[in-house]
Amino acid sequence: MSFMDIDTPSKLQKIIKAGHLAVTSEVGPPRSADGKVIEEKGNLIKDYVDAINVTDNQTSVCRLCSLASCIRLKLMGLEPVLQMVTRDRNRIALQSDILGAASFGINNMLCLTGDHQHFGDHANAVNVFDLDSIQLIQTVKMMRDEGRLIGGHEFDVKPQIFIGAAANPFAGPNVELRVARLAKKAAAGVQFIQTQCIYNMDTMKTFMKLMVDRGLHEKVAVLAGITPMKNVGMARYMQKRVPGIDVPDAIVDRLKGVPKEKQADEGINIAIEQIEELKEVEGIRGFHIMAIEWEEKVPEIVERAGLYPRPKVNGG
Amino acid sequence: MIRAVGKPLEEIIGMVQNFDRILLAGCDGCVTVCEAGGLKETKVLGSALRLYFTQAGQNKVVDETTLTRQCDKEYLAQLGDRIDNYDAVVSLACGAGAQFMVDMYKHKVVFPGVDTCFIGVTEERGWYTERCQACGRCILADTGGICPIARCSKRMLNGPCGGSEGGKCEVSPEMPCGWQLIYDRLKTLGQLDRFEKPVDPKDWTSSRDGGIRKIMREDLRI
Repeated sequence: MSFMDIDTPSKLQKIIKAGHLAVTSEVGPPRSADGKVIEEKGNLIKDYVDAINVTDNQTSVCRLCSLASCIRLKLMGLEPVLQMVTRDRNRIALQSDILGAASFGINNMLCLTGDHQHFGDHANAVNVFDLDSIQLIQTVKMMRDEGRLIGGHEFDVKPQIFIGAAANPFAGPNVELRVARLAKKAAAGVQFIQTQCIYNMDTMKTFMKLMVDRGLHEKVAVLAGITPMKNVGMARYMQKRVPGIDVPDAIVDRLKGVPKEKQADEGINIAIEQIEELKEVEGIRGFHIMAIEWEEKVPEIVERAGLYPRPKVNGG
Repeated sequence: MIRAVGKPLEEIIGMVQNFDRILLAGCDGCVTVCEAGGLKETKVLGSALRLYFTQAGQNKVVDETTLTRQCDKEYLAQLGDRIDNYDAVVSLACGAGAQFMVDMYKHKVVFPGVDTCFIGVTEERGWYTERCQACGRCILADTGGICPIARCSKRMLNGPCGGSEGGKCEVSPEMPCGWQLIYDRLKTLGQLDRFEKPVDPKDWTSSRDGGIRKIMREDLRI
């Protein structure tokens, strides 16, 4: 099975299948009941992306839920990608939310294990991890293709979901194992992946080459993760403090080399150069632009990277 | 074995301060090995409590004893002829032992003297690490003899997650990544091909999620 198979109503899938470079971005819900924040962030980027991820209590900080936010985006006529982590919900709750999402016509999911609660604002919480990300992928696939729950119940109205997951080429033990884990996700049924923020281009290219060598790029559409640096402080923080992110010294030095008031512009420049370079890499089928609390910069990045206007597809 | 650590003295004082005759009951089993609730620790606790209450001007009886095991009735029964000499018992056995004492002496107040932590091993004296969460259905044969349930902080069966870096877990730079250990081990054994087959959702009914667990060995119950 690949992203070419099992047609869903997903606009993202249609764009990838048509051979266009896809563009996705994300909005982080607020730490309050203010749903207008989602609308405002969605409106900022809607004409520049094909689909919008909504994060699920990212970094284990409790926020307005991803499902409600995705429904809100859907009701605005936008294309949400429901991020779902297995940290907080068992298989009953996960499957229930998938059915609920599908009932509103949400057609994309990103299946994640999730950050450990240790990072967040409720470090004393119990974690669930009844399933892991790969088992969540299996579950969505089974619900979609077989109309069956893990418990065995069979049903007629099936969720129509383009199945996504994350991949981090930069995490341990090494890039070979990271490709092996992606192969495992492909075997479980994943159709697209959005990668961790890319800064180390050499490792990313090795990852893609190993994927291509195994033919995995024909099965799984890779959207390269791009996060612009706001300043040298952010680069240093991500280099030293964020597990699984690999920021080479050259990036830090480049930002350090420009005056403070120009560092944000330089961060955007770096992001655009990365996109241009990755466009040439075999197997890259799009970009996932994660402008963290900097959504207003997404249109500029998309335009300057030559990814605007976004293609139109039937039904999209 | 089960690993435990002694509770802080202040907490134990808080539990027993309204009782006049207190028995401290250690256990010669696991808690002796990890030096949390054996004879030595029971004596040390007794001395500390007597000193505290004497200095506080309170006249209390604090006695110590240890049992071979508190998770077996025949040893718990040895307290039968003297437990009524006391108003309260502090059990320094694991949580299972303390509760079994409650089962046998239903009229007696029993307090825990230790915090029961995990099933683990002795890395060095005074340094214990977890190895097993007693899920009731062992998968070590599939994971190179290293348990992802006990040793991955997200108990992932298809790990490692994207937070594994330099062999360490995202939770702490001191914590080994369980899946790095599994990967290294499978590589050593020439079994890396095992890694790529997705592992289905686990049946947790044999873990605590199935309710109170029991083992019924008919072959032993003749």
